[in-house]
Amino acid sequence: MKYNWVIIFVILFTSCKDKIASDVINIDSNEEVKTSIERAGEMDLEVYDFNGFKKFLNKKDDKMYVINFWATWCAPCVKELPYFEKINKAYHNQNVEVILVSLDFPHLYDSKLKPFIKEKNLKSKVIALDDADMNTWIPQIDKNWSGSIPATIIYNKNDSKFFEQSFTYEGLENEIIKLLN
Amino acid sequence: MKAPVLLSVLFLVFINSFFNINPIEDTGYQIGDVVSDFELKNIDGNMVSLSDYKDAKGFIITFTCNTCPYAVLYEDRIIALDKKYASKGYPVIAINPNNPKTKPGDSFEEMQKRAKEKGFTFPYLVDEGQQVYPKYGATKTPHMFILKKTSKGNVVKYIGAIDDNYKDASLVKIKYVENAVDALLSGNEIEQKETKAIGCSIKI
Repeated sequence: MKYNWVIIFVILFTSCKDKIASDVINIDSNEEVKTSIERAGEMDLEVYDFNGFKKFLNKKDDKMYVINFWATWCAPCVKELPYFEKINKAYHNQNVEVILVSLDFPHLYDSKLKPFIKEKNLKSKVIALDDADMNTWIPQIDKNWSGSIPATIIYNKNDSKFFEQSFTYEGLENEIIKLLN
Repeated sequence: MKAPVLLSVLFLVFINSFFNINPIEDTGYQIGDVVSDFELKNIDGNMVSLSDYKDAKGFIITFTCNTCPYAVLYEDRIIALDKKYASKGYPVIAINPNNPKTKPGDSFEEMQKRAKEKGFTFPYLVDEGQQVYPKYGATKTPHMFILKKTSKGNVVKYIGAIDDNYKDASLVKIKYVENAVDALLSGNEIEQKETKAIGCSIKI
């Protein structure tokens, strides 16, 4: 099953490679906070540049936010997604919200990301971050982040922790419990 | 009923304190460190070390692989770097840090294939046993390290990304690696010694 995905991906990726240049989204205007809703059938996908995305890192309400950076091409990310889904469900009534931030390539949103969200039936909020100038925004998320994914931020209005690692379910739950108490 | 729940939670917390991996610390080489040499197998079967390059002024080391989409997007730009800088004394050396058991697409045979398809002009080395990338503190592919040969040894001068736009080479505003090598070649201080970029985690 795993290999099927690799093969499908390789095919998709190779076939789309030449299209990359024409699919570039303009990210020149830094001042303007851009949010575009991409429609593919009935599915909407919120796409943000970093300025637009920042609001998800600075919420000051009574919730705990679990922000996971992932991509469909990242095998360890895909492996841990069910744990985030489980947390979102199990801790929903304790004011914990999971937000899955996809770093998939924009030209694969329709062919790869949206079908993935649908197939896996992801219940957590999924948004896409598309900002090519990574050296500008990566250090703003955490100064120690080298840029590898998966990476996760767990925060509430009092505290914030950053993890550049894969989680087990227990390991993730453990961090949630620590911040809840 | 409450006690067992609490106990099991405590037990889980206890167990996890052993297994929970802390966020990756900056344990590898830092700017200014002298690196130790390596001896790694190239796709042609020969062993390659930094000391083989008698005439080099330094090196553009890239930890890269076949399977990471970011690495693939940068392949042409890595080839261009070698074409531009090898003759000036800064050859590219590519090292695949991934464990082929975890990532079959990064096996020795697949590396040979990819290098041939793309026409790599530089060595593409296997980090067999994954001993080299942790020394550098490489965490992802692609991850660049520029070394300068000095009387003390090969000194780390730059760590990070190739440029500021992975999607499209024509939209790049800052060529971090080129700027760094140009600065080294002209004897100037490198302006941006470290940069960050998203990449695929190294498969262990």
